[in-house]
Amino acid sequence: MEALLSNVDWPEIGIASWDTLVMVGMSLLFSVLAGLPIGVLLFLTGKRQLLEQPVAYAVLSFVVNVLRSVPFIILLIVMIPFTVMLIGTSLGVAGAIPPLVAGGAPFFARLVETSLREVDRGIIEATQAMGANVRQIIFGALLPEALPGIIAGITVTAITLVSYAAMSGVIGGGGLGDLAIRFGYQRFQTDVMVITVALLVIFVQVLQMAGDRLVLYFSRK
Amino acid sequence: MIVFDQVQKSYQVDGRAIPALHPTDMTIETGEVFGIVGHSGAGKSTLVRLINLLEPPTGGDILIDGENITRYNAAELRAFRRKVGMIFQHFNLLSSKTVSDNIAFPMKLAGIYSKTEIRERVQELLARVSLTDHATKYPSQLSGGQKQRVGIARALACRPTILLCDEATSALDPQTTQSVLRLLAEINKELGLTIVLITHEMDVVRRVCDRVAVMDAGRVVEMGAVSDVFLHPKHPTTRDFVFESESIDSEEMQEDLQKANGRILRLTFKGEATYQPLLGSVARASGVDFSILSGRIDHIKDTPYGQLTLSLIGGDLELAMSALEGADVHVEVVL
Repeated sequence: MEALLSNVDWPEIGIASWDTLVMVGMSLLFSVLAGLPIGVLLFLTGKRQLLEQPVAYAVLSFVVNVLRSVPFIILLIVMIPFTVMLIGTSLGVAGAIPPLVAGGAPFFARLVETSLREVDRGIIEATQAMGANVRQIIFGALLPEALPGIIAGITVTAITLVSYAAMSGVIGGGGLGDLAIRFGYQRFQTDVMVITVALLVIFVQVLQMAGDRLVLYFSRK
Repeated sequence: MIVFDQVQKSYQVDGRAIPALHPTDMTIETGEVFGIVGHSGAGKSTLVRLINLLEPPTGGDILIDGENITRYNAAELRAFRRKVGMIFQHFNLLSSKTVSDNIAFPMKLAGIYSKTEIRERVQELLARVSLTDHATKYPSQLSGGQKQRVGIARALACRPTILLCDEATSALDPQTTQSVLRLLAEINKELGLTIVLITHEMDVVRRVCDRVAVMDAGRVVEMGAVSDVFLHPKHPTTRDFVFESESIDSEEMQEDLQKANGRILRLTFKGEATYQPLLGSVARASGVDFSILSGRIDHIKDTPYGQLTLSLIGGDLELAMSALEGADVHVEVVL
């Protein structure tokens, strides 16, 4: 057993796990904060919606599509100058967060838009008929009704960010991905690779289970 | 009072204007139950949504208690909408809110009611629609009829003066439909609320409405007191609706009448005349023999009525007819 995992430096694994947790947590927070309003705007300005605005929708949709169509590994590299400008470094945990948000926010925005579209139009109509203004329709009816879908979206985004965060190891992002690349790949330490992958799998499982439970809790249908 | 003055509505489809409602004049009196009946696509949904401007008209004026609502700005329109309740075919309740919270929702949106006011009003409304025991349930835990009663309670929350019903009973089974209609009639009587109700079932109109407008292809083709429209339909669409509600196949009926002998009359009784033993006495006095080909005795809102199709043979037909007419029976010669 000792020999089998001879290369594994457990304290190092601990630090790397924590770094991954921080990267995913922080980037998820900012992705949700940025993606939610973008998603709501995408929905509202869309065809036959409350604030139908074909031009605004086209522009917003284009930006979101561009960010989503760039492979994340490329986005990581393209973002480097911008990240340095923003927080002074492109390395480590802090340096990984801006590209993660750039990848996560548009992804989450689309999921928000989709779950808002799932809300029965009749509910919007009924709320309008009660004399609600647009703000009241969004916060009083649309978001509460779409909440289970939005939570499911947060779960999917979190899981995507786990894999993105692992990828950021390539440009020196830190965390479990960084460990896997530096030790598992570059130094052929298969045991380190196996451990990091196992930890990532557990992490994703826990996220998915927690997300599913929350969705169930908030579903009233 | 709701007044439509040359109100029209058309939709732009591929740059062309498709009319949904041709210029229409219509008056709905305060406190009456006004029915709008028509097949799907006849424009009745559009018509009812014009009253609270969920659909803005493309022409004409809509006056409600003398005020031209088409000139309202956004804030005035929102204030106005609070005074117009609306219920829907698919209820449109918020699935994320409990029964109580659904009923409280319009009051919270209005922002002019205190927490205690809202709580008391919700209790009062729950009692009115007999759902006090279901206050903390979610809509998905209720039956269709219960959901619609929540819809009604919610529509009444801000004490509206008008209640719009968009196919409110179309998704309900016959028994539930009855109880919902009874509740609507009760509300109309006790609160003096004006109710505008659209439906594709003439039976709904017959049970609760005072007056009715029949729509076909974006036009109101017939309008009047329910008893007049129901018992003496003029427009073909209206006739279809009346026959449909009585499950009469008009072609089959024609065939049956061809086979019958003698003079065929359709008698319509209304009110007290319905219960009089009239036929026997008329037959004895005039010496005619009669056989009943079809008949129905029922109610239009609270008024009983009867409609009989008879074939008369022999005797003094003129005398029989004048005797019937003299007893307040509407006589129509069919063949």
